[in-house]
Amino acid sequence: MKIHEYQARQILADQGVPVPPAEVVRTPNEAVAAFEKFNQPMCVVKAQVYAGGRGKAGFVKLVKSADEARKAAEFMLSNRMVSNQTGPEGVPVSVLIVAPGVDIAKEYYLGITLDRGRGTATLIASAEGGVEIEEVAKKSPEKVLKVPLHPLIGLQGFQARELAYKLGFTDKLASEAAKLITNLGKAFIKTDASLAEINPLVVTKDGKLLAIDAKFNFDDNAIFRHPDIAAMRDETQEKPLDVRAHKANLNYIALDGNIGCLVNGAGLAMATMDIIKLHGAEPANFLDVGGSVTPEGAIEAFSIILSDPKVKGILVNIFGGIAKCDLIAEALVKAGRSIGFKVPVVVRLEGTNVDKAREILAAAHKDLPTLQSATDLTDAAKKVTAAVAA
Amino acid sequence: MSILVNKNTKVICQGITGSAGAFHTRQCLEYGTKMVGGVTPGKGGLKDPNGLPIFNTVQQAVDATGADATMIFVPPPFAADAIMEAADAGIKVIVAITEGIPVLDMVKVKAFLKGFPQTTLIGPNCPGIITPGECKIGIMPGYIHLPPAKAKSGKSVGIISRSGTLTYEAVWQCASRGIGQTTAVGIGGDPVKGINFIECLDLFNKDPETAGIVMIGEIGGSDEADAARYVKANVKKPVVGFIAGRTAPPGKRMGHAGAIISGGDDTADAKLKTFKECGIHVSESPATMGEAMAKALGINT
Repeated sequence: MKIHEYQARQILADQGVPVPPAEVVRTPNEAVAAFEKFNQPMCVVKAQVYAGGRGKAGFVKLVKSADEARKAAEFMLSNRMVSNQTGPEGVPVSVLIVAPGVDIAKEYYLGITLDRGRGTATLIASAEGGVEIEEVAKKSPEKVLKVPLHPLIGLQGFQARELAYKLGFTDKLASEAAKLITNLGKAFIKTDASLAEINPLVVTKDGKLLAIDAKFNFDDNAIFRHPDIAAMRDETQEKPLDVRAHKANLNYIALDGNIGCLVNGAGLAMATMDIIKLHGAEPANFLDVGGSVTPEGAIEAFSIILSDPKVKGILVNIFGGIAKCDLIAEALVKAGRSIGFKVPVVVRLEGTNVDKAREILAAAHKDLPTLQSATDLTDAAKKVTAAVAA
Repeated sequence: MSILVNKNTKVICQGITGSAGAFHTRQCLEYGTKMVGGVTPGKGGLKDPNGLPIFNTVQQAVDATGADATMIFVPPPFAADAIMEAADAGIKVIVAITEGIPVLDMVKVKAFLKGFPQTTLIGPNCPGIITPGECKIGIMPGYIHLPPAKAKSGKSVGIISRSGTLTYEAVWQCASRGIGQTTAVGIGGDPVKGINFIECLDLFNKDPETAGIVMIGEIGGSDEADAARYVKANVKKPVVGFIAGRTAPPGKRMGHAGAIISGGDDTADAKLKTFKECGIHVSESPATMGEAMAKALGINT
């Protein structure tokens, strides 16, 4: 799960990480008031959106007067932000932050995420901050430092101190940086984050250490124990179909093709997309109904797929283990009867309770003439690509 | 022969009174697994619908039944605790079916399990493990599997997969070509998990009855590439590989830090390239895993 920058700043501030002052505003008048309150020669107005690419899209602006602050806020709050990360429809903007300009002397990168190989979270740091850190990692990997967090006791003081000195901090700043790094580690663990990033961390010209921009993502599996974080979810930042799928416990990603897929298991769902492509067509979505799918969930899955106007055919591929084929078949028939299948639906079922499922489908054939059964994966892919091409 | 579990393995189910635990305990019993009991705290002393004794703790279950394996269906908030309880009670093979355990819980579990070198964790978020004809611990449909004794080709293979349903697919494709399975292991899709590809490859490599190995991976992480290099260095048996997610769109990645951790090694194409370089027989389609195995074993189908 993602949150906004202003919320990430709050999590850091609560953990004792120095973040520069900022006002969260929702109207142009509030933006003006914030500019006047700070009484500084320059402020930055930043749109709060989940997607990146704000600067290039014109949704981060330096303003030098109350009037400029108003204009920037008016523009951002009345336009959707379109960047290379949003798709052409863009995302709505309803919250901004206004913050005084900072005189930056040097920028650093700090981030914590899971290292699958090590099986624990790892802190990544670089004295080359503010830029694309992937580029730094590619060109000069020696400039990117990695420190694993102990699985049971987290990041220790000595690790933070060592890292602060390696990053080139000296004297009082070194101990401040060590404290900040320790606190970032604590915030990561405390919130069950999957990513905690400060980019850039800066030293100002008057020698202060500040977290200028912050980004937090959280482990969806752990949200149940963080109701405060769950409450931060901003559904306006997500695609409507994604929100519906999330509510129905479906793992759904919209794609560009015209063959809808309904599959159990993420691996088989990806493999089903792969085989559609191997047979010359394109999948319209990734959809994993999971193991413990309910009849309501399965019906919602069909209705989500069918609400995509690009979909010209559907491939249902179920290999029942924990998911029972008869349940899927019943849901399929129920969905067909309530929504109506105007497009060909090719069904391939195998596994737990498959015989019962085949009986259910055979009995419903009269009502649902676009339903076809397939004997195996290749047969299913051939039938659905042929049906769509016809 | 088989790896990890066989006809003598005595299995309990943690979470036996939940709907999934109860359903799959029955399915495992019907398959022939030596199910000896279950655990649900607060329900000790009762019996399940199959007449199996229910215990309050894993230790009580082990003391009373001699169980050496467990199948965990405990809900995600309590699953990490259930895994550690099983290890502490001396269980040798822990199969964690539960999906949705917080990652940082699994990080702690892995550290805890270092104190129990005799214990093997399979999963979580996995279909389980099956030695066909002998012992099924998990949610896989039993009937698709082919025990070595019934394999018409006279050959049997080991199957290792990160994806549950793709494991079934591989089993099904092999079985329908008369290729048996010594053991099939679903290692699970979570980023932090128990047994990995290399540990399974090592076990299958040492098992004389296993004639070949099917290895099924996905995009993300470097486990498949590491396993491929292990195959090149150590495994003389034919290995067939498939990677799901060639058409998965890039993106959905975890900010900058995630990209740095994974490097460039984690796309399907990068993994398949490593597979080929390491002498693994690559199945380009998910529908040709069985065919590729038959070819690699020199079986005419």
